[in-house]
Amino acid sequence: MSEKDLKPARPMMGFGRGPGSHNTIGRPIEKAKDFKGTLRRLLTYLKPHRVKFIIIFLATVVSTVFNIISPKVMGQAITKLFEGFLMKMKGLPNAAIDFKYIFNIILILIGIYVVSAIFNYIQQYIMADVAQKTVYEMRKDINAKLSRLPLKYFDGRTHGEILSRVTNDVDVISTTLQQSLTQLITSVVTLVGIVVMMLTISPMLTLIAFVTLPLSFLATKVIAQQSQKFFARQQKYLGQLSGQVEEMYTGHKIVKVFNYEKQSIDKFNKVNDQLYDAGWKAQFISGMIMPLMTAIGNLSYVVIAILGGIAVIRGKVTIGNIQAFIQYSREFSHPIVQTSNIANIIQSTIAAAERVFEVLDEAEQIPDQKDLLHLDQPKGDVKFEHIKFAYSKGKILIEDINIDVKKGQTIAIVGPIGAGKTTLVNLLMRFYEVNQGKITVDGIDIRDMERGKLRSLFGMVLQDTWLFKGSIKENIAYGREKATEEEIIQAAQVAYADHFIRTLPEGYDTILNEEANNISQGQKQLLTIARAILANPPILILDEATSSVDTRTEIYIQKAMLALMKGRTSFVIAHRLSTIRDADLILVMNQGSIIEKGTHQELLKQYGFYADLYNSQFVGLNLKEKVS
Amino acid sequence: MTSGRILVDGIDIRELTQEKLRAKIGLVPQKAVLFTGTVAENISFGTNDLPRDKIIRAAKIAQASDFISTLKQGYDAQIAQGGTNVSGGQKQQLSIARALAKHPEIYIFDDSFSALDFKTESKLRQALKKETEKDTVLIIAQRVTTIMDADRIMVLDGGRMVGMGTHQDLMKTCEVYREIVASQLSEEEWI
Repeated sequence: MSEKDLKPARPMMGFGRGPGSHNTIGRPIEKAKDFKGTLRRLLTYLKPHRVKFIIIFLATVVSTVFNIISPKVMGQAITKLFEGFLMKMKGLPNAAIDFKYIFNIILILIGIYVVSAIFNYIQQYIMADVAQKTVYEMRKDINAKLSRLPLKYFDGRTHGEILSRVTNDVDVISTTLQQSLTQLITSVVTLVGIVVMMLTISPMLTLIAFVTLPLSFLATKVIAQQSQKFFARQQKYLGQLSGQVEEMYTGHKIVKVFNYEKQSIDKFNKVNDQLYDAGWKAQFISGMIMPLMTAIGNLSYVVIAILGGIAVIRGKVTIGNIQAFIQYSREFSHPIVQTSNIANIIQSTIAAAERVFEVLDEAEQIPDQKDLLHLDQPKGDVKFEHIKFAYSKGKILIEDINIDVKKGQTIAIVGPIGAGKTTLVNLLMRFYEVNQGKITVDGIDIRDMERGKLRSLFGMVLQDTWLFKGSIKENIAYGREKATEEEIIQAAQVAYADHFIRTLPEGYDTILNEEANNISQGQKQLLTIARAILANPPILILDEATSSVDTRTEIYIQKAMLALMKGRTSFVIAHRLSTIRDADLILVMNQGSIIEKGTHQELLKQYGFYADLYNSQFVGLNLKEKVS
Repeated sequence: MTSGRILVDGIDIRELTQEKLRAKIGLVPQKAVLFTGTVAENISFGTNDLPRDKIIRAAKIAQASDFISTLKQGYDAQIAQGGTNVSGGQKQQLSIARALAKHPEIYIFDDSFSALDFKTESKLRQALKKETEKDTVLIIAQRVTTIMDADRIMVLDGGRMVGMGTHQDLMKTCEVYREIVASQLSEEEWI
């Protein structure tokens, strides 16, 4: 007996992904496995926009530089104002404030702000263009890739996971390109610019401003580390809590019938307490970062103000320059914080890009060959020759299977639930490739046919009916383009669907909604049968399971299926004894492999799995036909 | 209820507390629901501190013990939220075991065998028959074979009761029942 582990539970409700999470202070960061490689690859996407990037860079630099100059220019006006005022105070003759000079400075300032804004606009405009074009290309690549991926890829993943890569991850990349990249340039230029400006005013004061920097870094780092712990805990408890709530609501009836309410409430309260505890601590601690930074900033502000004041009194520096310096020193911690923030964003962006590239790197299905054969008038002879197949290496499901099916025969596939009955369907339609041997239709190897052509030979009526939003007419006509209204109605008649369609207020023009829950499960099946009849394929794949269908519709479905099967080669995943007994060949499957094959009588004589299965169904009942 | 009354042991259920009424009932719903926790916790759900041997007994009757013993941690294996790490049939088996472990007076099986294969279902039915001999069992089913040997079969059509009796009675008297049987069994399997 092989022992196995149950898969661990998936964590619930991860947050921290998606464009909403652009504030990362103190929160855990997602990291890419291969940062450099992914970054390089992401850059190849940006390469076609090289020229635009240079323009963006220049525009950003110009806009930022002008922004940085403005305080110093303003300082000149203040100096002039101060000088004039001082002279007046001293009572000097001809003492006046040079308003003309100040007015000029104001004009210059306005000019600076306007130029800065224009360049900022240019930068934003081009960046938006580049960002959107890049993710447009990326989405196109992913979409093209998804259509080339084999079914195996989709079978092994949840829809949500694939969806999240196509939407969320691409969105993260888009937001980063759009905002964070220019922010990064701005921050770096601002930082450099401010330091330069500060140095030109007073190297001594600059040194003082710098002294407090390591202090604020250290404080931020220590606090962030603390808060990360609690954020992680908060995330964990939040997952547990939403899991618990979701679970109790989906199992509401069970919770009530088994009188589990009290225990459930206790459990909720416990997790809720834990979440509260972790939540307020995380918020409290991370909330301390900003005030602390401000306090440290204020500390250096006070020192600078005092020392600056002394320098002005001694006439070493002008008052306007000191005013500008204070403004600079207050602004310069901002780009530092922002840069470290953006560094985190870029990390999670690269992680997102990596997930996108993972999709793009998946192994594709074998492309169709050129000069393919195709059948003009397919008959529907199907042959499996020495088929060997395994979903994964080492676990062979089908070994040396030979089946010869003539046109119009019925093959019943039977076995317990989860026996892998769909494996055969997957192989026939070439959703998966056989490892050895070949499958032929009318003597032609299916690998020598175009996939689309091959699949058009098959009609499928499955238990999970697939209908789309649109009229009933359109849904039936899906299998054949350019079907006339008459043909559609004819097909519906053969499929016993005409009657119920006519009882609908809009008849054939009734619009099915997205889940098609405005008609019953059985009626949906009748529609898919009508669709198959209209498409008129030589080979059919049918799933007989008709649970949750009322008995009258069930009878219609049976009749419709029989009408459909007439003259066509049919592979039926069979549940009805009559179908199984009348089949030309029965394939018995268990645990993924074909364990017996033959006709009903042959198989009963083998006293094997089939005989057992057949008898067990009617154990305890006085069955007329019973094998003993 | 708009009118009429439902009696359990002669008492109108509206006169019982919800807790008392529900303690009498073991429900196995159409869609099996499992909860985060171990296999054992899921079986003993709502019954505090059920001894291990009783859990195992319930699992055996529900035909779940075979698959549980293939798990590395057996009865202590973790079930993921919503039971996503076990198959549909296994979910139903565990959900049946849960009802059995409760030892209720009334069992309600609401189409609870649909994900089981015929063989497992028939084994389960036999084991259940023995276990629930003294209890009231309500089975809601799609498959005729599931309910054919019931003491009484109630046929519903569009919210109305259109027939009540044994299989043999209904085959004679109830048109809707005959239709159901005809749609599921071929003629020679009729009794």
